Amino acid sequence: MSAALKLENLTKDFPVGKRMFGPPRGVVHAVRPVTLTVETGETLGIVGESGCGKSTLARMLVGLLSPTDGTIEIEGAALDNADPSEFGRKIQYVFQDPISSLNPRKTIRQVMEAPLKHLHSMPKARRRERIAEIFDAVNLREEFLDRYPHEFSGGQAQRIGIARALAAEARILILDEPVSALDVSVQAQVLNLLARLKAELGLTYLFISHDLAVVEAVSDRVAVLYFGAVVEVGRAEDVFRAPRHPYTKLLADSAPVVGRDLKAPEGRETELPDPLNPPTGCAFRARCPRAVDRCAAEDPPLMEMGSGQLAACFNPVPEGEAAK
Amino acid sequence: MGSYILKRLVSAVPVVLGLTIVVFLIMAMIPGDPATAILGAYATPENVARINRDLGLDQPLPVRYFIWLTSLLQGDFGRSYSLNRPVLDEVWERFQATLLLAGASFVICSILGVAAGVVSAARQYGTADKAITFAVLLGISIPSFFLGMMLILIFSVSLGWFPPSGMQGLAYLGGGGFRDVAHHLVLPATALALVALGVIARLSRSAMLEVLRQDYIRTARAKGVDERGVVWRHALKAAMVSIVPVLGLQAGFVLSGAVYIEKVFEWPGVGRMLVDAILQRDLLLVQGGVVLVATLYVLFNIIVDVIQAMLDPRIKT
Amino acid sequence: MTTLALIARNRLALWGGIVLILVILLALVTPWLPLYPPNATDPSIKNAWFGEEGHLLGTDHLGRDILSRLLWGTRVSLAIGFASAVIAAVLGAAIGIVAGYFGGRTDNILMRLIDLIMGFPYILLALAIVAALGPGLMNALIAVAAVNIPFFARNIRGVTVGIAHKEFVDAAKLAGMGHVRIILTEILPNVVPVIVVAASTTVGWMILETAGLSFLGLGSQPPDPDLGSMLGLAKDSLITDPHVSYPPGLMILIIVMSINLLGDGIRDALDPRLRSGALSRPAAATTVDRRGAAPAFRDEGILEMTDLSTEFRLKRRTYKAVGGVTLAVKPGECLGIIGESGSGKSVTALSVMGLVASPPGVITGGAVYVEGEDTVGMPYRQLRALRGDRVAYIFQDPLATLHPLFTVGDQLVEAIRVHHRVSDKEARAKALELLKQVRIPNAESRIDSYPHEMSGGMRQRVGIAMALANDPEVIIADEPTTALDVTVQAQILSLLSDLRRERGLAIVFITHDFGVVAQLCDRVAVMYAGRIVEEGSTSDILRSPAHPYTKRLIACVPELGEGKRALAAIPGLPPAVDRLPDGCHFADRCPKARDVCRQDDVALMGQGGRAVRCLFPEAEVPGAPEAVPGPPVEAEPITADRVEAAQ
Repeated sequence: MSAALKLENLTKDFPVGKRMFGPPRGVVHAVRPVTLTVETGETLGIVGESGCGKSTLARMLVGLLSPTDGTIEIEGAALDNADPSEFGRKIQYVFQDPISSLNPRKTIRQVMEAPLKHLHSMPKARRRERIAEIFDAVNLREEFLDRYPHEFSGGQAQRIGIARALAAEARILILDEPVSALDVSVQAQVLNLLARLKAELGLTYLFISHDLAVVEAVSDRVAVLYFGAVVEVGRAEDVFRAPRHPYTKLLADSAPVVGRDLKAPEGRETELPDPLNPPTGCAFRARCPRAVDRCAAEDPPLMEMGSGQLAACFNPVPEGEAAK
Repeated sequence: MGSYILKRLVSAVPVVLGLTIVVFLIMAMIPGDPATAILGAYATPENVARINRDLGLDQPLPVRYFIWLTSLLQGDFGRSYSLNRPVLDEVWERFQATLLLAGASFVICSILGVAAGVVSAARQYGTADKAITFAVLLGISIPSFFLGMMLILIFSVSLGWFPPSGMQGLAYLGGGGFRDVAHHLVLPATALALVALGVIARLSRSAMLEVLRQDYIRTARAKGVDERGVVWRHALKAAMVSIVPVLGLQAGFVLSGAVYIEKVFEWPGVGRMLVDAILQRDLLLVQGGVVLVATLYVLFNIIVDVIQAMLDPRIKT
Repeated sequence: MTTLALIARNRLALWGGIVLILVILLALVTPWLPLYPPNATDPSIKNAWFGEEGHLLGTDHLGRDILSRLLWGTRVSLAIGFASAVIAAVLGAAIGIVAGYFGGRTDNILMRLIDLIMGFPYILLALAIVAALGPGLMNALIAVAAVNIPFFARNIRGVTVGIAHKEFVDAAKLAGMGHVRIILTEILPNVVPVIVVAASTTVGWMILETAGLSFLGLGSQPPDPDLGSMLGLAKDSLITDPHVSYPPGLMILIIVMSINLLGDGIRDALDPRLRSGALSRPAAATTVDRRGAAPAFRDEGILEMTDLSTEFRLKRRTYKAVGGVTLAVKPGECLGIIGESGSGKSVTALSVMGLVASPPGVITGGAVYVEGEDTVGMPYRQLRALRGDRVAYIFQDPLATLHPLFTVGDQLVEAIRVHHRVSDKEARAKALELLKQVRIPNAESRIDSYPHEMSGGMRQRVGIAMALANDPEVIIADEPTTALDVTVQAQILSLLSDLRRERGLAIVFITHDFGVVAQLCDRVAVMYAGRIVEEGSTSDILRSPAHPYTKRLIACVPELGEGKRALAAIPGLPPAVDRLPDGCHFADRCPKARDVCRQDDVALMGQGGRAVRCLFPEAEVPGAPEAVPGPPVEAEPITADRVEAAQ
C-alpha cells in the first residue's frame, strides 16, 4: 500500500482580535502539529468533540484554508499553496449540511457541471454522459438534474453532494460529518452508498464525525483529536474497545449504550481548556484521572503502545482494562 | 466601563481626522481657481490674496491639508466673508438653536417611536397595529417641509395657536424666556419628529417581532412569566440591542431634517446658515460648519455605543 | 412570475403599484399633453386659484400654470429619484459584495471608508458636495446618490458575508471556479433579491431627498420646475396663497407613498421568512380549536394526554404534526418519547402547556390533564400559573433558550418570583442553592454570569436549575442533550437521573437517541408521522420491538464496540404530514405491508401500557393482533427504486 495522503506537522493558528496593522492580540492554536498518513484505499476516521479542530484540519486538506505550518502530500506530490482548484482534482470534500452545500439558485445539473467544466474542461456532450454515469453510480434518477436543491430531502441532497465530489474524479474524499444532519434511518442509506462507492472506485476516505459508533462502523483506522492534536491512533476495532489514552476511554465510556448503567464517567464537573490560554504540558491533564507530575511539564508526543496503536500519554490506560 | 469610554474616545480620533480629510477633499473638487470660487462674490484682490495665504493655496494638496488642520486644531476656522465674523462663533451660536430643535424632536420621536413599535408588535394585526402602521406609512412618505407648511397653515394661520416663525437665536432669548422658546418650538419639533418617528416605530416593530420568535421568549413563557413581562421586560430588552443603533442613525436623520424645517420655520439654526452660505458661496463657513457639526455627531455616536455596551453584556468592554 | 403574483396578492402593494404606474405614464406622456408651457409667465394672473382663467390647478406667483409645472416637475423628480437609487444601489452593492466576499483587509479598509461617510449626518455631506460642485439638479443627484451608497454597501456586505461562508461557495472553489466566476454565478444571484428590496424601500426616500435639496434652492434651478423647487417657491407665499403649495406637496406624497407600499410588497414577497408567515408574533398560548367534547379524565397519571391533536395551519396547507396522541406519566416515572425529525415528538411536548407557536399552531382535539385538570382551552391566567410551577420545561439548545441579556441569577430569581411572593434576597438564596444542586462549580460567582460566559454543559445545568425552581411535579425535557458533546451529555444525563430519584419527579424525555432512552427511561413511546406506533417498558421495546418501524429503527443505530460493518437502513422517507396516506403511515416503507394496511386507520392496540399500532406485529403483544415476524433486519444493498420509493 502506498500513502494517498501524508500530513507532516500540519498546524493552523488563528489570530484573535485582529488589528488593521500590526500583530494580533492573541493566537488560537486550532490545529497543533498533526502528523498522519492515510494509505490508499483506506478509511481513516477522525473523532473529536466540538472545537477539537477536526473541521479546520479537513479544510486545510482541500486547500480551503492555508496551513500555518507543515506539509500536505497528496499521492506523492506536495500541495500546500491553498488553491482549491489545484487540490480539487485530487481530493474532494463532502459537506456536513447537504442543503446548504448546494446553491439554492442553481439546478442540480449546473451544480454537477461545474467541476467537469472548470477542473477538466470537458466538452458539453461528454459532460452530459459523465453526469449520467455518476448519477447512475449514486442511485439518483437523471430527471433530478433539472430540479432545484430545495426540492430534495437531506438524504438525497447528500447523495448529490457525493456525486459532485465524484465528478471531480478525485481519488480521495474528505467526508466532514456527512451524516450528522440526517436522521438515523436515512444515515445508513448514505453510509452504505459510501462504502459501495469506495469498493467500486477504489477511493480513499477521511471520515470525520463526532459519533463514535458511526466512525467505528465505517473506518479501518481511527484518530482521536483533542484540543487540536491527535491523542490516539489505532485500528477501529481496537481504539474504543481497548483505548490507551484516558481521553479516548472517557469518550468511549460516555457514549450512551443500550444496557449500560447511567453514571457520569467523570467524577468532577469539568470544562474544556481555554484555547486563548492553553495549559502547559498535556491539554487533557486537568480532566485526567491518571495525570502524573510529568504531564504538567511536557506535552506528550504520540508513542507506540503495541499492535500499531499510538497514544500521546505518559501514563496510558493499561492494556487489559477494557472500556466499561 | 470607564476604560471602554476612553477606548471609544481614542478610536474617535482617526474618525474625526478622516472626516476632515473627506471635507477637505470635497472642497478641493471645486473647479477653477479655488480662491475665487471660495470667495465668490467677495473676491476682491485683497481677499483673494488673503485666502491664498491663509490656505496656502500655492502649496501641494497634502501640505494644504496639514496647514488647514493645524489651524483647525488651534481653533481657527477662518472668517466668514458674508457675515464678516469668525466661523467658529457663528457656527457655535447657530448650532445651539439647532441642538434645541433637533434634541427636542429626537427625544419625542425616540420615546414615542419605540412605544408605538412595541404596541404595534404586541397587538400584531389588531386595530392599534393597523392604525400605527398607517400613520407610520404616512410619516415616512410625507416630505417634512410639506408637513411643516401644513402645520403652519393649520395651527398658525387657521387656529392661531403657535407662531409660524420668528424664533430668535438663543443668544437673544432675554425677553421671551423659556415659555417663548417652547411656544416657538412646538410646531417645528413636531414636524421634525413625525418623520423620524415613522422609521423608528417601523424598526422597533420588526425588531420586536424578530425577538418574540426567539427560543428564550418561549423559555420565559414556559417559566410562567405573564405576557406583560414577556413583551416589556424580556422582548423589549433584547429588541433594544437592535433599536439603539438605529436611534443613533436616526439622530443623524433628525439633524438632517432640521435643515428643511429650519427653512420652513425660519429657525436660526446651523442648517439654514449652511444653505445660505452655499447660496452665497461662503465656502469657509460651509467647511467649518460641516466639520464642527460632524465632529459633534461623532461624539454623540460614542454615547450611543456606550449605551449599547451597557445594554448588551456580550460587547466586550 | 411567482414573485409578481405574490406582490399582486398584497392588496396595498397592488394599489401602490397601480398608482405609481399611472403617475409614471402621466409623466411619460406629459410632452404630448395640451398644457401651457411650464415656464411661460403671465403677470396678469398671478397666484390664480384652482380653475381660474382656464388654469385647472391655478398659477404661481409669476402666473405660470401649476398643472403644467406639476407634470413637468414630476418627470424630473421621478427621473432623478430613480437615477440616484440605481447609482447608489449599483455602486453600494459592488462595494458590499467585494468587501463581504474577500473579507480580511479589503473588507476592513472598505468598511472603514464607508463608516467614515456614515459618520456624517448625511445632509452635511450632501451639502458639502453641492457646495463644492455648485447648486444644480445633476449635482443634487450626485450628492443624494453618494450619501446613500453606504446604506447599500453595509446591507449587501452583511448578506454577502453570510453567503460567502455557505458551504456551496466552498464547493464552487473546489470545483475549480475562480473568484470572479464565483461572485457572478454563486454570490450575485443570491444577493440580487436583497439589492432589489433595499432599492425598492429607498427609492421613495431618495425622491424626498432630491426634492428637499431643490426645496432649499440647491437642486433644480429657476425657471425649471421640479416638485421640490415648486414647494420652495410656494413656501414664500404660504400664508397669502396656500393653494400653490398643495399640488406639488400632494404629488410628492402620492409618489412616495405608492413607492413605499409597492416596496413593502416586494420586500414581503422576496423575504422567505414572511412567505411562511414565520414573522408572526406567537400568541401567549397556543390557539385551541377543539371540536367535540374533551375526552374524560382516566386517572392514569399526573400528566395524562388523551387523543391530543395539534396542527400547523398555513395558508393553503394543514400539517397534522400530532395526530391523536394518548400518553400518561406517573410520579417518579421517566417516559421517553422517541422519534425522528418531523415525527411530532417536540410538538407533543410543547402542546402540554400551550407553547406551540400560534400562528400557525392550533390544538385541534384531545385533552391534557395535569393533576386532573385539562390544560387544553384553559383560561390563560390559569395556564400561566401552571407553567414553570407544576410543569416545567428543559429545552434543547441552552444558548438560544436562555435570555442573553440577563444574568443566570436574575433568570432563576424571576422563575421563582413569578410564582411565589418572596423577597429578592430569599429568591436569590434559593437560586444559589439550585445552582449548587445542579452541581455548578463556584456557584457563588457563576450566579452573576451571563449565559454567553458559560460552556454549553454549564448552561444546560442552568436550564435544569430553572426547571427545578418551583419543585414541579412534571419536567418535560425536549432533547436536552442533543446540542452537547458526548462527554457533557453523559454528565447531564446522570444529573437528571439523580434528580429524578431524589425528588420523585415525573419526566417526559424527548429524544431521537435509543442509547439515551435505554439508560434513562422506564417506559418509551415511539412516534412516527405524528402518532405513537408503539409503547411499552424500555426493556420490552428494546428486547422485542413489535412494530416493524421500531424494529428497523433500532437496527439502524450503530452501537459502539461492534467494529467495522455495513449498517441497516430504512428505505424511503417518512410521509409529509400535510398529505398523510390512508391506513398505516409506515406502509410505504414496510416490507410486510399488505393491502389491508393501506385501507383503514390502524388503532394502537394492547393492554397494561404495552401497545402497538400494527396489524402484523413483529412480536407478541397482549391485546394486539397475532405476531407475524418478518425477515430479520439486515444491512441491505440499496437499489435505486427502493430509495426513491417514497418520492
